[in-house]
Amino acid sequence: MKATGKTRSYGYAIVLFLITLSGFGQMPIFGRYYIASVPGLGWLGEFYTTHVLHYAAAIALIALAVYVLFDFVMNGVGLKRLTTSGYFKTGIISGLIISGCLMVVKNFPGIYWSHTTIIVLDLTHLSLCMALLMLSLYTLVMKKKWIE
Amino acid sequence: MSLKISRRTFIKGSIAAAGTVVAGTGISGPDFAAAGPLSDEKQEPLSTLLDIRKCIGCEECVHACREVNAAKYPEPRKPFPKMYPKTVPVQDWSEKRDVTDRLTPYNWIFIQHASVTHNGEKMELTIPRRCMHCDNPPCVKLCPWGAAKQEKNGLSRIDADLCLGGSKCKNVCPWSIPERQTGVGLYLDLLPALAGNGVMYKCDRCYNRLEKDELPACIEACPENVQSIGPRSEILEQAHSLAKEINGYVYGEHENGGTNTIYVSPVPFDQLNAAIEKGKGKPHLAYTKNMMADGTNLSRAMLIAPLAGLAAAFGKFYLKSKEDK
Ligand code: SF4
Ligand code: SF4
Ligand code: SF4
Repeated sequence: MKATGKTRSYGYAIVLFLITLSGFGQMPIFGRYYIASVPGLGWLGEFYTTHVLHYAAAIALIALAVYVLFDFVMNGVGLKRLTTSGYFKTGIISGLIISGCLMVVKNFPGIYWSHTTIIVLDLTHLSLCMALLMLSLYTLVMKKKWIE
Repeated sequence: MSLKISRRTFIKGSIAAAGTVVAGTGISGPDFAAAGPLSDEKQEPLSTLLDIRKCIGCEECVHACREVNAAKYPEPRKPFPKMYPKTVPVQDWSEKRDVTDRLTPYNWIFIQHASVTHNGEKMELTIPRRCMHCDNPPCVKLCPWGAAKQEKNGLSRIDADLCLGGSKCKNVCPWSIPERQTGVGLYLDLLPALAGNGVMYKCDRCYNRLEKDELPACIEACPENVQSIGPRSEILEQAHSLAKEINGYVYGEHENGGTNTIYVSPVPFDQLNAAIEKGKGKPHLAYTKNMMADGTNLSRAMLIAPLAGLAAAFGKFYLKSKEDK
């Protein structure tokens, strides 16, 4: 049980790292700020690479989220043992997954959404990401756990 | 009233356009004109057909585009704000507005030249080049902030009031079509030193004229009726019968997964691609794979992800309950 918890935490950390990195790679900033010039990091400036990586990491995140959710439910842990920060993080991650899925739909051929819809989606996704990063930093520094 | 007039304009334009095709191929012109007004929302996406044989390189299309779209051109504020890091390139075309031999923020269509010998015949071909208006345009779909948009009628355009000039659209476009002008747009009101660098410009297929049932300026102005516009399926049909008749070749149907700009040429496109001058502002004519395909395929796996998570949770639960017994 302990061991799977550890694997799960490491898995989550890796997925969160990759999805954030590739997510920021969707904006033209790694090229401008030389990060893509660092040897070995050139791929961060390649939009199609980060695009595919972001999708792949999203697949892992969704699978992990569903796994954790059902694991909770089936073990009878229930949501009541979630800490306050755990609650917030769960909410933010759900929001990220939902807005992200809508953005995947937007990228399908034959989908013509308005500027407003797309901008609202983009900004929601970005704001939720920033919120998750800040909250994760806080819980990491303050050693707050997901469950009591 | 205005609809009547503009519809007549459209029919006139497309009959003229289709008429010349008719002369060559026997495709019925009136049918084509009767396809419906260009602004019809319910209609399938519109495509353009460019019959390369007919182009004489007169640049009437280029000048018509510049005249009709002049009001959309950038009027940059100078001096440009300082940008960091210092290597961020300033791209200023405002003093070179007259350039017509490549794509610039002030020139959305230009003529490419190719001298080729095909089947022993020496040919000088001229090819009007502009945005291809892809079926699934990466410039639109991958814009990180929704400044670009695709309309139901198949055109894609970049909103000059929203674009921050990061140039990602150009980077992901298989033909590197959009061109940047520094010193204009929304970034000036945000953090001009740190983010953004102007606005990206490209052919918007005269979206505002289409809304009024008027033909795109370059199509209307062409004295040789090189271009015609209509519903995609009809344009493709026309392109194929034309290609069959002249023993020619089609470009744009499958490139980048399909576009709404279909060229028909008497010479194979790899030969044309080798003959044209390529480089900055001068797009190639090579085959290009569907750039959005990897993402689209991966999204299918995204549907399986929840099932995988569920299976893992069940698996663990099953093993544990077995252990407990
Ligand atoms: S106006 Fe027509 S003939 Fe002249 S260059 Fe343009 S496409 Fe070619
Ligand atoms: S050709 Fe380039 S700019 Fe035009 S729609 Fe396709 S990706 Fe966008
Ligand atoms: S469709 Fe309109 S914007 Fe595009 S090249 Fe022709 S005239 Fe210019």
